[in-house]
Amino acid sequence: MPRFLSAKPDARLIPLPWSTPLSQWPAEHLVALPRGISRHVVRFITVGDGVFAAKEVNQELALREYRLLHDLMRLHTPAVEPVAVVSGRVDDAGEPLDSILLTKHLDFSLPYRSLFSPGVRHDTVIRLLDAMVVLLARLHLLGFMWGDVSLSNILFRRDAGSFAAYLVDAETGELHDRLSDGQRAHDLGIARINIFGDFCDLEAGGLLDESLDPLNLVDTIEARYQELWKELTGIEEFSGSELYRIESRVRRLNALGFDIAELDIQTSPDGQRITIQPKVVDAGHHSRRLMRLTGLDTEENQARRLLNDLDTYRARTNQQHVDEAVVAHEWLTECFEPVVNMVPADLADKRDPAQVYHEVLDYRWYMSQREKREVPLTEAMRGYIKDVLRNLPDEVMSRAALVQVQNGDTRQLANPYDPSMGFATDEEEPAVHDPWEEAAQDVDISSLDHFDIDALRAKKG
Amino acid sequence: MATVTYKEATRVYPGADHAAVDKLNLEIGDGEFMVLVGPSGCGKSTSLRMLAGLEEINSGSVWIGDRDVTDLPPKDRDIAMVFQNYALYPHMTVADNMGFALKMKGVNKDEREKRVLEAAKLLGLEDLLARKPKNLSGGQRQRVAMGRAIVRDPQVFLMDEPLSNLDAKLRVQTRTQIAALQTRLGVTTVYVTHDQVEAMTMGDRVAVMKDGVLQQVDRPLALYDTPKNIFVAGFIGSPAMNLMPGTIVDGGVRVTDHVVPVAREVLDRAQSADLVVGIRPESFEVSPTGEGIAMKISAVEETGADSYLYGTLGNQDPATLGDEVQQVVARVTTRTPPQRGDTIRLHVDPANLHVFDKISSLRIS
Repeated sequence: MPRFLSAKPDARLIPLPWSTPLSQWPAEHLVALPRGISRHVVRFITVGDGVFAAKEVNQELALREYRLLHDLMRLHTPAVEPVAVVSGRVDDAGEPLDSILLTKHLDFSLPYRSLFSPGVRHDTVIRLLDAMVVLLARLHLLGFMWGDVSLSNILFRRDAGSFAAYLVDAETGELHDRLSDGQRAHDLGIARINIFGDFCDLEAGGLLDESLDPLNLVDTIEARYQELWKELTGIEEFSGSELYRIESRVRRLNALGFDIAELDIQTSPDGQRITIQPKVVDAGHHSRRLMRLTGLDTEENQARRLLNDLDTYRARTNQQHVDEAVVAHEWLTECFEPVVNMVPADLADKRDPAQVYHEVLDYRWYMSQREKREVPLTEAMRGYIKDVLRNLPDEVMSRAALVQVQNGDTRQLANPYDPSMGFATDEEEPAVHDPWEEAAQDVDISSLDHFDIDALRAKKG
Repeated sequence: MATVTYKEATRVYPGADHAAVDKLNLEIGDGEFMVLVGPSGCGKSTSLRMLAGLEEINSGSVWIGDRDVTDLPPKDRDIAMVFQNYALYPHMTVADNMGFALKMKGVNKDEREKRVLEAAKLLGLEDLLARKPKNLSGGQRQRVAMGRAIVRDPQVFLMDEPLSNLDAKLRVQTRTQIAALQTRLGVTTVYVTHDQVEAMTMGDRVAVMKDGVLQQVDRPLALYDTPKNIFVAGFIGSPAMNLMPGTIVDGGVRVTDHVVPVAREVLDRAQSADLVVGIRPESFEVSPTGEGIAMKISAVEETGADSYLYGTLGNQDPATLGDEVQQVVARVTTRTPPQRGDTIRLHVDPANLHVFDKISSLRIS
């Protein structure tokens, strides 16, 4: 009988066909959602209204990754949520099967394989790369060395006009107290190679916009990472008459979405020179503030946009003297909730509520410009639902069996559940004589845990 | 290609009360396959990462050839970490899957093709180069991954538990292939594993570590035949060496109620009368005379010509053993193996005895 390790047990998982290898699970339990390529068997499984990513991997790795994902969750890292490890699986013939790590599907997530596709806008690409860079820097600030940074291991969510990146695979990750420069350089080196490979693969499959050059993309990632890291952790030195530079550093970091928890300020003995260096920096400056004021859990740029709207509301209603938390509550009930509650039930899977609100604000701005009048939010919302929302594809779970390639064509995946298998139209090729494979058939696995000292003596002798 | 040298290399993690790697001195020859082995927390991975540039070195230095690389960033060390990732790209050919990193580094097309072809020949992948990876077997995928590292043509290969996520069959298969390839390539390789079977079957030499300290470095057979201390004696060997308490008496060492003859000059090296006597399972014979170390058999496992006998020491001396029951394993060749529940006497050739001082843990025989 399989064993479940879970912090939040879900009884609906127990009756699933755990005695079947994951690659052979019946389609009734599976859903074809887009994802990256993987060295292990990975499937999305549906249970009731829940969707989980299942990865078949040996028990040691499954438990390790489960615990690491928990640690990342505790540290408020954007990462998928671990659900359970199912171990002790045996097939119908009594042969042991690898364990399965279950993680929660990230709603409204967008896989990279559809984001860089032909026709993508250049500024969208830059925003995607920036989201990746912010994720990597956040992980490095926490002391997390990823070890396998790749596009396949990242999911994106819309974040107002930008994107937020999430870690979806921590198999090779390690959590340290802090990372050495060598560890960061190593991680960045792996990121360069893997992401270059990912882009070359998209290019080879006709899935990358022709204007994008893989080498240029990875160079951009590295340059932007170095720039951000310097801003987050670099030492700044200035004269004692330029104290305003402390405040401006804090503001620059806030603008990037980070809070300084500890800033090290040192003054030279004569007071002429000041050096500052952020020691502890936390991501989520705006989302934390919005959460504190309204209880809304959003991405960072969505929070920034909503907070701007809250500030505008406060000014418009002339409540600058009123406590911010009181105004925030009023804004929530007067502005935000009436708008997002207007989303018809059948359109709820198109965008998450904070993204809807952001897009409505944009829609209203264009409408006001066009009609040269102040457009009420609810009126804008009605127009947005009709003109925009209704025409968008569902994003709570986007489908992936068909992918768009160059010239607007679409192609079918060979296996809708596994993009690692390429396109259905890729030619089947005849088997090739491979002596290595034949030799491998005779492998004696009894030698796995035991070495034959007599054979070793004979060989070395 | 190059040698690798650790000189008094030490790594202490902030806040730790002892070094993760303590004054490591190790010379790895040009083209040598060196395995670092030891239990979890012994410092083997940290040692590898010091060489890779991932761990800061608090004191001492690390050299590749005649270059001190202690303060060089990882990318300037001319090393390749193998098997970080073997997800193959579905739309790229096997050749591109092997050579794409060279393209990123600006290596020209002719050179790339040449290196990929050379690696493919070594790996038996020539006929698959133009194919997509879709239909490759697990073993073939592993070889493509090895090819990725080989085409980089580094001075040193570093491998950190590269087989840990493979199934049993692929693990045995890849183990053999890595060792064979390394011999053919002749590139200096440092390989980390917790598995002594992997270490013994793959390495030219094996460095055994414990608690951040190098215990012994030697060829596999030398480690097996002359372990330098009790830890190495117990760690190397499968099944493990029997390590039994003994007391110096006239004529040798008493183990249970039996006196094993040990030369006087050996015993003179002991710091006290308490010793640890080590006997490999295959060094035992069922005594034809009724003389020898008593063993009470609890299980018998027959494997071809040999039988493995599992049990406990008989006639234990409570003064030396207390309540602890000493487990014993013996591999004997006999047509009629003893049965479960029997008590037998085991004989050992004094030449096959390993004698250790209990206080220092060091070998004295």
